[in-house]
Amino acid sequence: MARVGVFVCHCGINIAATVDVQKVIDAVLKLPEVKHGVEYRFMCSSPGQALIKKAIKDHQLDRIVVAACSPRMHLPTFQNALLAEGLNPYLVTMANIREQCSWVTKDRDRATAKAIDLVTRQIKRVIHHDPLDDIMVPIIKTALVIGGGIAGIQAALDIADGEQKVILLERSPSIGGRMAQLDETFPTLDCSQCILTPKMVEAAQHPNIEIRVNTEVKQVDGYVGNFKVAVERRAIYVDPSKCIGCGICQAKCPSKTAPDEFSGRISTRAAIYMPFPQAVPAIPVIDAEHCLKFTRGKCGVCEKVCPADAIDFADTPQQEILDVGAIVVATGYQEMDPAIYTEYGGMKYPDVITGLQFERLISSTGPSGGKIQRLSDGKVPQRIVFVQCVGSRDESKGHTYCSGICCMYTAKHAMIYKHHVPEGKAYVCYIDVRAPGKSYEEFIRRAIEADDVRYMRGRVAAIKKNDDHYRVFTEDTLVGRPVTIDADMIVLASAVEPNENAKTLARILGISFDADGFYSEAHPKLKPVETATVGIFLSGACQGPKDIPTSVQQGSAAASKVLSLFAKKVLYKSPQIAEIDEVSCSGCLLCLNTCHYGAIEQVTTQGKTKARAISGKCQGCGACVSVCKGKAIAFPGFNDDQLYEEITACT
Amino acid sequence: MHMSKDPKILAVLCKWCSYAGADLAGTSRFEYPSNIRIIQVPCSGRIDPLMIFKALIDGYDGILISGCHPGDCHYGTGNYFAQRRLAIARKLLETIGIDPKRLFFTWISAAEGKRFAEICADFHDHLLSLADSPKALAQEGIDR
Repeated sequence: MARVGVFVCHCGINIAATVDVQKVIDAVLKLPEVKHGVEYRFMCSSPGQALIKKAIKDHQLDRIVVAACSPRMHLPTFQNALLAEGLNPYLVTMANIREQCSWVTKDRDRATAKAIDLVTRQIKRVIHHDPLDDIMVPIIKTALVIGGGIAGIQAALDIADGEQKVILLERSPSIGGRMAQLDETFPTLDCSQCILTPKMVEAAQHPNIEIRVNTEVKQVDGYVGNFKVAVERRAIYVDPSKCIGCGICQAKCPSKTAPDEFSGRISTRAAIYMPFPQAVPAIPVIDAEHCLKFTRGKCGVCEKVCPADAIDFADTPQQEILDVGAIVVATGYQEMDPAIYTEYGGMKYPDVITGLQFERLISSTGPSGGKIQRLSDGKVPQRIVFVQCVGSRDESKGHTYCSGICCMYTAKHAMIYKHHVPEGKAYVCYIDVRAPGKSYEEFIRRAIEADDVRYMRGRVAAIKKNDDHYRVFTEDTLVGRPVTIDADMIVLASAVEPNENAKTLARILGISFDADGFYSEAHPKLKPVETATVGIFLSGACQGPKDIPTSVQQGSAAASKVLSLFAKKVLYKSPQIAEIDEVSCSGCLLCLNTCHYGAIEQVTTQGKTKARAISGKCQGCGACVSVCKGKAIAFPGFNDDQLYEEITACT
Repeated sequence: MHMSKDPKILAVLCKWCSYAGADLAGTSRFEYPSNIRIIQVPCSGRIDPLMIFKALIDGYDGILISGCHPGDCHYGTGNYFAQRRLAIARKLLETIGIDPKRLFFTWISAAEGKRFAEICADFHDHLLSLADSPKALAQEGIDR
């Protein structure tokens, strides 16, 4: 017979005030399995744990029940106490007599009766516990970072500086992400590319970083420490090993009508192109959709002018399997297309543009060389209206959430406009100004006070074209009157939203996303960069709207998680996972279809179909156990006998 | 009529969301009926309908099952499996003559301590309004 020791904690007065702990001890000592029972003020304290260790020795105890707080708090504490005394840590259970008893029951008699009941259940349960050994799994010490924006670059650099290998994956032709598109940054007005490009170059030159551009993730298998990631580099028709990045092809290409994604489609680019001059790697790609060689079957100018013989029209997509131990997802965001806002012209008016488009317009590397001019007639706008919350905080048409960055970048835009056109007028139509970051509020004040940007509280009702200018119908809610502004240009602060293929990638990775499509962190406060899938981490705006400083913080945080994972020699996995008994398995494979992780495989044993659990992949949810008709699946810790004992012990 | 004056409830809660929600009810000191016993499972997907039948026959007056909210399941889809399975379990309860209202299924997140306490109190009240408990029926050998 098992020799159970019961330890009841007072938790100061947290438990003892409502539960008569001595009565609990007296009651359970009557059970034949219980060989020892004792109460103490703080079981989790060192003397409390010493009490348990001593009792294990003195009374030859082989099962322990600690009646105290929630097992979510202190189960590991007591498991370690057992381990120190040479007892298997899976032979202790906890009765939650604080959170689920003393704190929710005022009546002392009732609380005591409930506590006795809860402890008895654990005694009956723990008898059915077997010693378990943690499962050892090796770690492949290479990290995959998906997304080459600032959040991904930062994570890659930090991991690489920690002497671990990193593969940095980017689907576009260059790393740099959204930050490369920006002109100046708030709240310091330093040039975005000036601070970003050194990091891009550092990533490219780092001996521990391998950059793969034009590449996307197709499939992910495996588990923490041992992921197999199938990736595909699309056909780019340029041989990266030969190309010297001289740019002659781009200059000579006769097809220059493709909309330029980098400028937010306010300008055009060549069919063979580098997205921007500082692209890393500096290797152009051919956009087959606009290349005359592909569309009309003739041209080939780039091939003729290329001094390095790097053009390869026969290029095909390249597939590869990457073996990595951890994955950082840093896929960023996209700007919402405000075309659904027909009241703002549905993006049909040439001088109604988005924030990101305005960003390119004021950038010295942008289509106008940094000159602020109207896209319709090239005139310098004398009045600009900045419309806030287009698609943000708008349940009717857009998203319920706040995009977080628009208040700040709009202040920056208005400020830069005023620096370019001092006699011009800038209006900001806002709902609330949200500036909670360091030096952010001061930045807003600077826009209002030093640069005379006019802030007007109210949501814009409509924008109408009126000859060569635009009429903005809004209101000033602080004064309480409708307002009409005639403007030459309108900038819509369009919402930050998840990339359109974010959900597809989430399904490939097996991570979850919230109602808005942003990736879900494992805990909103305490696990901000972990996902619920161990070994996959989040960085940047793919998890929610973020500015640059926060994205960088998260990149570093994700990197530190990867480094602490890689600092381990091997990984230990909970042994509380499914195990299928082949003899009793009928081969119905219901479990296989239930498993969310692909952790059950079909095997043939002596000509019969059987299911087999893959211990490395199993996450221990138990969904397969409850569908198994033949009760062929064991699930230590949550086996039927253990659960039924706990359920029926005191009925 | 054997109407239970203090219905006994079995709550089977997933460890990631609902068990944590029950803990939060305690941390926030939201009082609820004491005659409720909480069992932790890794995921609501682990819950086997047989557990429910056995518990009801063994003397519980009601079964409260809760998992993570849709989309929040730690194991992706376990809560959906639970939902479908329990819908069928309810039908089976009806077939064997047990009021299916004795089985209550919901989603409680780790942040919903207050909601957990309220649901316990409401379910307790609700069970009071029901007729004979399954065990009382069995003891009297009433053939339905």
